Amino acid sequence: MEPFHVHTGIVAPMDRANVDTDLIIPKQFLKSIKRTGFGPNLFDALRYLDEGQPGMDNSARPRNPDLMLNQDRYQNATILLTRGNFGCGSSREHAPWALLDYGFKVLLAPSFADIFYNNCFKNGILPILQENSVIEQLFTAMYAEPGFTLTVDLEKQVIIMRDGQTREFDVDPFRKECLLNGLDDIGITLRDQDKILAYEEQRRHITPWIFSEV
Amino acid sequence: MKGKTLYDKLWEAHLVTQRPDGTALIYIDRHLIHEVTSPQAFEGLQLSGRTPWRIGANLAMPDHNVPTLFQERRSGIDGICDPVSRLQVLTLQNNCKNFNILEFDMDDQRQGIVHVVGPEQGATLPGMTVVCGDSHTSTHGALGTLAQGIGTSEVEHVLATQCLLQKKMKNMLIKVEGELDESVTAKDIILYIIGTIGTAGGTGYTIEFAGSTIRSLSTEGRMTICNMSIEAGARAGLIGVDETTLSYVQGRPFAPTGEMWDQAVAYWKTLVSDDDAVFDRVVEINASDIAPQVSWGTSPEMVLPVTATIPSPEQAVSETEAEGIQQALRYMGLQAGQKITDIQLDRIFIGSCTNSRIEDLRAAARIVVGQKIAPTLKQALVVPGSGLVKQQAEQEGLDNVFKEAGFEWREPGCSMCLAMNDDKLGNGEHCASTSNRNFEGRQGFGGRTHLVSPQMAAAAAIAGHFVDIRYWKGMA
Ligand code: SF4
Repeated sequence: MEPFHVHTGIVAPMDRANVDTDLIIPKQFLKSIKRTGFGPNLFDALRYLDEGQPGMDNSARPRNPDLMLNQDRYQNATILLTRGNFGCGSSREHAPWALLDYGFKVLLAPSFADIFYNNCFKNGILPILQENSVIEQLFTAMYAEPGFTLTVDLEKQVIIMRDGQTREFDVDPFRKECLLNGLDDIGITLRDQDKILAYEEQRRHITPWIFSEV
Repeated sequence: MKGKTLYDKLWEAHLVTQRPDGTALIYIDRHLIHEVTSPQAFEGLQLSGRTPWRIGANLAMPDHNVPTLFQERRSGIDGICDPVSRLQVLTLQNNCKNFNILEFDMDDQRQGIVHVVGPEQGATLPGMTVVCGDSHTSTHGALGTLAQGIGTSEVEHVLATQCLLQKKMKNMLIKVEGELDESVTAKDIILYIIGTIGTAGGTGYTIEFAGSTIRSLSTEGRMTICNMSIEAGARAGLIGVDETTLSYVQGRPFAPTGEMWDQAVAYWKTLVSDDDAVFDRVVEINASDIAPQVSWGTSPEMVLPVTATIPSPEQAVSETEAEGIQQALRYMGLQAGQKITDIQLDRIFIGSCTNSRIEDLRAAARIVVGQKIAPTLKQALVVPGSGLVKQQAEQEGLDNVFKEAGFEWREPGCSMCLAMNDDKLGNGEHCASTSNRNFEGRQGFGGRTHLVSPQMAAAAAIAGHFVDIRYWKGMA
């Protein structure tokens, strides 16, 4: 997992509440054997006018011109601004995989679904909670200014606007440390690798047959 | 100091470290891998530049979507018709090659359903912790093993660290005492238990099955019991080690030999709950209360003796239960008050990690021998749990018994248990199945599953409907 320190990027809207994980990545794409490559099918039912299927050439599909995310000014966005209860529904980890594969590194919303929120951290995405009024202001500012960007400083826990204004945000200290150091669950466990090795050493004497090769 | 349960002992023996919030790192002795839940875990390893912690702890084989028809099987992976299945099976093979992990591939005689093959090979041994990205990993608990199903991100975690992150469960004891009717099997015991405690009865617990009835079962029967612990809500089910366990394990390809065998046996004999062990919950079951069971609804707890009639929503004790019954009746196309023995069947499936071992096939064959399946059936399938089970059955002539009766004799795999390959039910069809889940659509869109023992499925195949095998004498 890539460490997350300070990130600056274009902000794009997903201007609706209760975006569920099936909307983030529809179930027909879950048969894949990969965790990468979901980006072109992120929000598939919203971004395209036809029904998406695995293996289609997405560049040839009719795009939904009414979806703001499809507009030129939001291309290469890395920060998603959205509404409440983002990521509800099934616990599929494909949802953060798809957001990450599309390029999003930061999500801003007034609330997130629980499991999804945790899954984001595990995959190196920073979900930031802000009050409704702040989210509202950000939507207004973003719509008013093509190419609207924000900077997020995780160490200092602040969002910095281009005019220098800042907004603080909360993040669990343990999750913060993991993101700053690029530690996923495996990385965290591997900090205990001496203990795992010591355990193995001891068990090699007590139950040696466990360590015979299959 | 109070005594310890078997689960306490296994937990303590595998505890690497515990964090302040109670989350523990548990060391994993054996990791079994199949094609459906592993590809993203391997990809994750690759993306992060990690390698498996202990390669020799892993054993892989495709089972969920391998074809079971000989014709489709004959030309190996290239011959798999469904592209998604082919890609998954191929990806497993490539990953195992890349990471140097032992795989019993599709053409290997030892290939089969991972939960049948693990114990069969001695890859699962008493006292081990065993995980697999599949919820029926609980099967292996029959050997006094702490065995549990895990998700894809945990598969990656185990590959990379040889550990699982988890909190300790509570202890439940289910004691079955007394003598079983000779036509009543391990499958009936576990269905009866699930009917008694419900599908959430074991949630948050590790269940130990004990008592004279359980002791009298073979290791294979014990696997059938532990297999369905997950349907009772428990991630792991366990049975203490005894002479039956030891004689099952001895001589298996991966079992220890010589001096190491003696050392292992001395340790394994300690793998029982202490007499003064304290359980958080105890359930007592009288074996003589258990009749052959048939599930009638869309959850494994919707199960009744074969002599019963289909329940009505009015019998329910709560509104939720009434709605559940109503919904199940609608999906299953059944009427309240209808006799279970009047349910007409379309297909029969003998197989799955619950009931596809040699004893299951022998028991079914004994019922079938010299008879013909009912002409009203569309299909009756026997799918052995592994290549070696199939070979053994063929040596005993069981394949001919089934084929002469009109059954199809297939290649090993999960098959119609979850219908990932072509073996599935049609919309509205009723199936007597020896598998473990009767959820809506599990065996095919609109398919109606009735969970039963191999003997009950075999007799139902001959009669075309369920019969009480305690009194049934065949059709002739
Ligand atoms: S036989 Fe069925 S329950 Fe068992 S592992 Fe295969 S799909 Fe799962």
